[in-house]
Amino acid sequence: MEFLRPATWDEALAAKAEHPSALPISGGTDVMVELNFDRHRPSALLDLNRISELTAWESGRYEGQEGEVIRLGAAVPYTRITRELSAELPGLALAGNTVGSPQIRNRGSVGGNLGGASPAGDAHPALLAAGRDVLVEAESVRGTRLIPIDEFYVGVKRNSLEPDELIRAVRIPVADGPQQFSKIGTRNAMVIAVCAFGIALHPKNGTVGTGIGSAAPTPRRAVEAEEFIAGELAERGLWQSGGLIGPAAIQRFGELVAAAASPIDDVRGTAAYRRHALAVMARRTLTWTWNEYTQSLRSAA
Amino acid sequence: MSTIRTEKNLQNITTAHPDGIGGSPLRPDGILKVRGEFAYSSDMWHENMLWGMALRSPHAHARILSVDISEAVKHPGVEAVMTHEDIPGAKYYGLEIKDQPALAMGKIRYHGEAIAIVAADHPETARRALAKIKVEYEILPTITTEEQCLDPETYGYVHEPDEYKGHASGNVVHSQKLISGLGVTDEVRALADVVIKGDYVVGMQDQAFLGPESGLAVPAEDGGVDLYIATQWLHVDREQIAPVLGLPENKVRLTLAGVGGAFGGREDLSMQIHACLLAQRTGKPVKIVYSREESFFGHVHRHPAKLTYEHGATRDGKLVYCDARIVLDGGAYASASPAVVGNAASLGMGPYEVPNVNMLAVALYSNNPSCGAMRGFGAVQACFAYEAQMDKLAAELGMDPVELRQINAVEQGSIMPTGQEIDAPAPVADLLRRVKALPLPQELDTTHLDVRDIPGALSNTSHGEGIVRGVGYAVGIKNVGFSEGFDDYSTARVRLEVIGGEPVAMVHTAMAEVGQGGVTVHGQIARTELGVEQVTIHPANTEVGSAGSTSASRQTYMTGGAVKLACEAVRNELVALGRKRYGWDYNDLSLVGGKVVSASAGVLVPIADLLGDTAIDLTREHHHRPTVPFDKETGQGFGHVQYTFCAHRAVVDVDVELGLVKVVELAAAQDVGKALNPLSVVGQIQGGSTQGLGLAVMEEIVVKDGKVRNPSFTDYLIPTILDTPPMPVEVLELADEHAPYGLRGVGEAPTLSSTPAVVAAIRAATGLALNRVPVRPEHLTGTGE
Ligand SMILES: Cc1cc2nc3c(=O)[nH]c(=O)nc-3n(C[C@H](O)[C@H](O)[C@H](O)COP(=O)(O)OP(=O)(O)OC[C@H]3O[C@@H](n4cnc5c(N)ncnc54)[C@H](O)[C@@H]3O)c2cc1C
Repeated sequence: MEFLRPATWDEALAAKAEHPSALPISGGTDVMVELNFDRHRPSALLDLNRISELTAWESGRYEGQEGEVIRLGAAVPYTRITRELSAELPGLALAGNTVGSPQIRNRGSVGGNLGGASPAGDAHPALLAAGRDVLVEAESVRGTRLIPIDEFYVGVKRNSLEPDELIRAVRIPVADGPQQFSKIGTRNAMVIAVCAFGIALHPKNGTVGTGIGSAAPTPRRAVEAEEFIAGELAERGLWQSGGLIGPAAIQRFGELVAAAASPIDDVRGTAAYRRHALAVMARRTLTWTWNEYTQSLRSAA
Repeated sequence: MSTIRTEKNLQNITTAHPDGIGGSPLRPDGILKVRGEFAYSSDMWHENMLWGMALRSPHAHARILSVDISEAVKHPGVEAVMTHEDIPGAKYYGLEIKDQPALAMGKIRYHGEAIAIVAADHPETARRALAKIKVEYEILPTITTEEQCLDPETYGYVHEPDEYKGHASGNVVHSQKLISGLGVTDEVRALADVVIKGDYVVGMQDQAFLGPESGLAVPAEDGGVDLYIATQWLHVDREQIAPVLGLPENKVRLTLAGVGGAFGGREDLSMQIHACLLAQRTGKPVKIVYSREESFFGHVHRHPAKLTYEHGATRDGKLVYCDARIVLDGGAYASASPAVVGNAASLGMGPYEVPNVNMLAVALYSNNPSCGAMRGFGAVQACFAYEAQMDKLAAELGMDPVELRQINAVEQGSIMPTGQEIDAPAPVADLLRRVKALPLPQELDTTHLDVRDIPGALSNTSHGEGIVRGVGYAVGIKNVGFSEGFDDYSTARVRLEVIGGEPVAMVHTAMAEVGQGGVTVHGQIARTELGVEQVTIHPANTEVGSAGSTSASRQTYMTGGAVKLACEAVRNELVALGRKRYGWDYNDLSLVGGKVVSASAGVLVPIADLLGDTAIDLTREHHHRPTVPFDKETGQGFGHVQYTFCAHRAVVDVDVELGLVKVVELAAAQDVGKALNPLSVVGQIQGGSTQGLGLAVMEEIVVKDGKVRNPSFTDYLIPTILDTPPMPVEVLELADEHAPYGLRGVGEAPTLSSTPAVVAAIRAATGLALNRVPVRPEHLTGTGE
């Protein structure tokens, strides 16, 4: 197996163009397991660890995205996201905090999560919820392509990267409202999601973002649930009044989230449980985010 | 001979400190282990070493039509490829019944059975060579359910009938009936005011030790082989290995390598024979290390069980009868199944006086993974069922569950259903009283939540919603040592000599240190008995007699007892030396602080002066009192060496909407007779409790149609620190006069009652019946099996 160690991003893109089958390795928390379990024998490894800009993030304004955006380097580890970006990216920070163990969070990255595109990846529900204008910055020697998050996941463990492309960063709008993330595991730490749910309130444009993990072939959005609850909030003027959503609408939201999933029975859990748990998580996280939103309204008043 | 890089644990470890028995000196191997410097069996290395690897069956039941190794043999770097045809000696081995082929012959009986082995210059070479072996299978329908196993006429035999004389008949490995009192008849049933019935299921738990199966076989000049191995019982390994190699036992020499946990999973052989065969064939040292995945196929598991219980009691809560049937899935090969059956039958009534009993325990052959020894075997499965029954009965009678248990608890002098009198303290009621009297943990404060303290923890599933607390109790009974007429002895050699002006005791046994702290305790015993500070623990090997297995809670009792006997013999000889030299006629002598001391006359002489250049080197065997086999039809007999008891109180928080559980506290009380090392004792109780907690809420090998679905630590979950609650432990020391120092085996009892206590607490929180462990979120939310 060849081991490629580019020193710069340009070298990395050149190497990937030359060896399209080379497997990028960032934190290695997925790649090394695959190698050790003998599930994968790539012809070459492309080590991205020498490229310092991948472990940096910056904030700014970018075309095609509203408001302030965090441009998160592909290799920024979860530990740092939780420590440095909890205010800007609360959903992703919460999701990152549920990943593996402290050791894994010190190495694992959102770029790696996206590279693997596992339906159980915990970053995905948070990224989906953060908005349709979350963009994956894919780069190759041919140039930069901004892939909207909704077009990124294309199949079980498959994403829409071209063979010569690498993920440079993810552009995520800074949260304009409360965000939450919940995940089910059959033990209290260090567990792959049986199912997961991310939610983000977007008071600026009156939408609600959602993301479902581990309950369909790809991470996906609960579109009907989003539309339903956004409609409720708008029709009843709740964004302005900060009034109660009420049990019926919360219940309905949960049902729609569960309905949006297409889970299977496997060793980690049954399809029926996954649907049930998604509904519960959806109700709870909606309640938490809404409470937080109404409190912020009141304290602003 | 060239060096073997295993220095850190195979060398003598000498430590000096004053603590004898009753103290808690630190383990001699502790610092090395914490620093990551301890050499485990997988760390060994030898010059010219080859790597061995096995080809395993992807099918659970198949006929092998052909095995073609020709391409593998030609693969560069491969030095040997072997199938059963290349075995020089016996083709079968086994712990109790020799029913397991060293390499599959004609038939595959379980998923992962080894068919061929390869030795090569690199693990990757070996892996590639394995991929070149072509095996043609005729896949056979699997025999996996109880119904299929018990109807061989329709579904077939796992082994041919009566293949293993005296034991196997059809698909039954072993069965044990037990009848006491009047048995359970209509007349007996009529004596009961209330009847409680239940069907229970225990899933397949794994020992999940962290150090994978591994060892190094080095061919010797005399045509024999030296095997460095992580195991639980060196001598019984040798007994099984030597015939397959076609060697006399004295040409197969075993030395214990660093053991990374065992819990019963190393009682059977794994890679031992394979490594030795390849070393014999190639004339080179061969190392085998299983991967984590292979490890799940490489050792036996805890028997999954189906248990049917019916208890009758009077209105005031006295048990009248119990009718029970326990069906254990033994899997493809017998392993320890007969002993598991014996324990299940004889301990299946729990620590209760039950006047009338009818019990049947059986183990079946199937095409599921082989099951054998795991901490508390037979008794663990039964305890889950009878303790659930006690709670149901208490609920039916409107009684406090602890009080109901206390009313029926055995005590010293009680007669077990086997007819055996409990002739040592049996403080069952007191242990229950003690766990109940402990202060309860604080209520959950939902206003100042730390999510780590609630179900789901960092997964952030609740901010206090849906959480209900429950409290549950359970108590269990376990035997210590090997039962049913087995003369389960241990050997110890102790040498006392002067080194650098100081008396030093060396303790040499074949005891497998698997983490239990036997090496610490042996040092303590030598210090107490010989009054020395410096003790050297000799590497465990087969140069000395058998120490028996590190299992059945027996090592401190048995090998500790042997060390005590050997020390006493050494002491007597030392004193005889003094009598001869100084003409002492005291009969109040002891060895204290490096000196011979008379209670009446004070210090007589330093041990070092008395010994001079003499070394006293003596070996002794320790036998426990004899037991007898249980009668085949009635289960009657003085079958057990010793009984041990532990009680638990579990406090859990359950997110009843999501079915997530957090054990808040798991308190235990156990009688240990005498705590030779109180710190180790508490460690054993907490470790055993945690393993029981794992069985209660997460640990299960999922098998479908004979195929293991989760052979990894990604999906076979064991408790993390966030799943492991504070565990207050009350230790009682009521001496058993039959045992050395009055001690009682400690390791297994806490594994029994912890599982039912946790499940009882979950029942209390949810109101659900929960007749199966592990309890999964699905069971708590009505969303599937
Ligand atoms: C013990 C353990 C526990 C875990 N628990 C969790 C968990 O709870 N939740 C969870 O979501 N995951 C978990 N994981 C999986 C893993 O940690 C995450 O998926 C993590 O995000 C991977 O990041 P990484 O940087 O380590 O990726 P790597 O292993 O380096 O790479 C992962 C994939 O992404 C590709 N890749 C990496 N960087 C790039 C890039 N810049 N451009 C294109 N492709 C790239 C790689 O080629 C590979 O296919 C766990 C893993 C382990 C070992």
